[in-house]
Amino acid sequence: MLAQLKDQLAAGSAEDYLQSLFDKIEHSKLNAFTTLAKESALSRVNEFDRKPWPGLLAGVPIAIKECISTKGIETTCSSRILRGYVPPYDAHVVERLKSEGAIIMGKTNMDEFAMGTSTETSCFGPTRNPWDLDTVPGGSSGGSAAAVAGGEAPCSLGSDTGGSVRCPASFCGVVGLKPTYGLVSRYGLIAYANSLEQIGPLTNTVEDSALLLEIIAGHDWRDSTSAEKGSYLQGLKDGIQGLEVGIPKEYFGEGVDKKVEKAVWDAVSALESLGAAWKEVSLPHTRYALAAYYVIAMSEASSNLARFDGLRYGLRKEIDQDWHTTFAEIRSEGFGPEVKRRVLLGTYALSAGYYGRYYLKALKVRTLIKEDFLRAFKHVDLLAGPTMPIPAFKIGERINDPLSLYLADVFTVPINLAGVPAISLPCGFAGHLPIGLQLIGRHFEEATVLRAAQAYEEAMPFYLKRPEAI
Amino acid sequence: MITSEDVEHISWLASIKISDEEKEKFVDQFNSILEYFHQLDEVDTEGIEATYRVVDLANVFRDDISCKSLTSEEALKNAPRRENGYFKSPRIV
Repeated sequence: MLAQLKDQLAAGSAEDYLQSLFDKIEHSKLNAFTTLAKESALSRVNEFDRKPWPGLLAGVPIAIKECISTKGIETTCSSRILRGYVPPYDAHVVERLKSEGAIIMGKTNMDEFAMGTSTETSCFGPTRNPWDLDTVPGGSSGGSAAAVAGGEAPCSLGSDTGGSVRCPASFCGVVGLKPTYGLVSRYGLIAYANSLEQIGPLTNTVEDSALLLEIIAGHDWRDSTSAEKGSYLQGLKDGIQGLEVGIPKEYFGEGVDKKVEKAVWDAVSALESLGAAWKEVSLPHTRYALAAYYVIAMSEASSNLARFDGLRYGLRKEIDQDWHTTFAEIRSEGFGPEVKRRVLLGTYALSAGYYGRYYLKALKVRTLIKEDFLRAFKHVDLLAGPTMPIPAFKIGERINDPLSLYLADVFTVPINLAGVPAISLPCGFAGHLPIGLQLIGRHFEEATVLRAAQAYEEAMPFYLKRPEAI
Repeated sequence: MITSEDVEHISWLASIKISDEEKEKFVDQFNSILEYFHQLDEVDTEGIEATYRVVDLANVFRDDISCKSLTSEEALKNAPRRENGYFKSPRIV
């Protein structure tokens, strides 16, 4: 779709197209966007229409999650503590998009500091699911997913620390990819839990996902964990004859909605009819992944978020007292309840006497979870299962019970702990709400993940069904 | 079990002031979350190494050459208070 859109824009008017998106957003009930970069984006497309430039995304608008730095456009992580912060530089991924001719149209809503599964903890208020306005879009990249599903942006970027790209992709019926840890530079991504997170695309189709990955992946000297990229568009449509798919038995059964389970099994049958073979595999430490993930993520968060003290950017009180009192008051006013919870629990887990019991223990369990994946990948090329155990839930339904929200991440967090790549793509509906199929690959084997997803999507084009106009 | 005094101590360590109402709520929530975390105790991790990072990269070097960076004006632009080209902090002592 993006390739065709690019051709249309080059032949027609990129300005009219962008203006039509802005008009739609202005009348939208989704609250997917936090800031629209109207002035800069319209002046860029106007320039493009007069003298088109080359590039994989020439003239194509893209929406960027609130936690990815955009030079000259407010970037707040949807937190009061960063209101008014305008980055003086672009994230690596934004530089890459611009160098391929893309137009940064605005920023999208998220759970505060990416801590959530529902996009309800944003200081800008909740984002709504385009399939049902009383329902959450998933999180934390809920704005990025809702914008694409609702036709307000042709594509977007999100970030995925424990499922934050794949969960909203699943709930909103779009394609969301979490690349292998290290494939995409995190330079300019405001850190929440740096050993887990990656930036990833949210798109209508698998081909669009491959195109965006082609652009954003690759080594960047400013992120020492970043690796060299592969090729993702080449061979994308070669099919999956002979591919071995593993079905982790721990990803089915108790706690998984029956309609979700059926849709995923139907998808496995579809993969089989396309020439893949499947067999059951076991990831025995799956049940410990959530606890390990939350201990690690909270611990890293408590350290990363220490920088928000109102000194160099963000919220500052009128009157100063001594530094500790001043900072404690700024952070009290600037952070919402979920951020406070995670920073405090992370501080506790790292504090004297508890480090070994919580943080170190979680890191050892992380090793076992990673080994589960490595062992399974000796026998199969790919793993398939549900992205989320349930379809999207109602706004307000779980927000007062943090643990019940955490439990929804059961099939997304193991992937971040192991650092492997995974994609979520639509595989059916539970009533009127979309269901996501998760395909998981070996480290740096995005090409295989995308090729399987492409084959499935061609056979079962659920992306053709879009939510009714809202 | 986490007590109300524990929560107060952690909030001091984390430099986040919390109200009495928040404190009471956090005591209950933290206890139920920590109880969930305690299932990690079931896992035998004897002799298992910790995984700090998933990619096998160590000692990534680059040449120590100067390159373009933010100007002082750009770096200070977002600071709520500044003075003579510096960030202005609250009183330390």
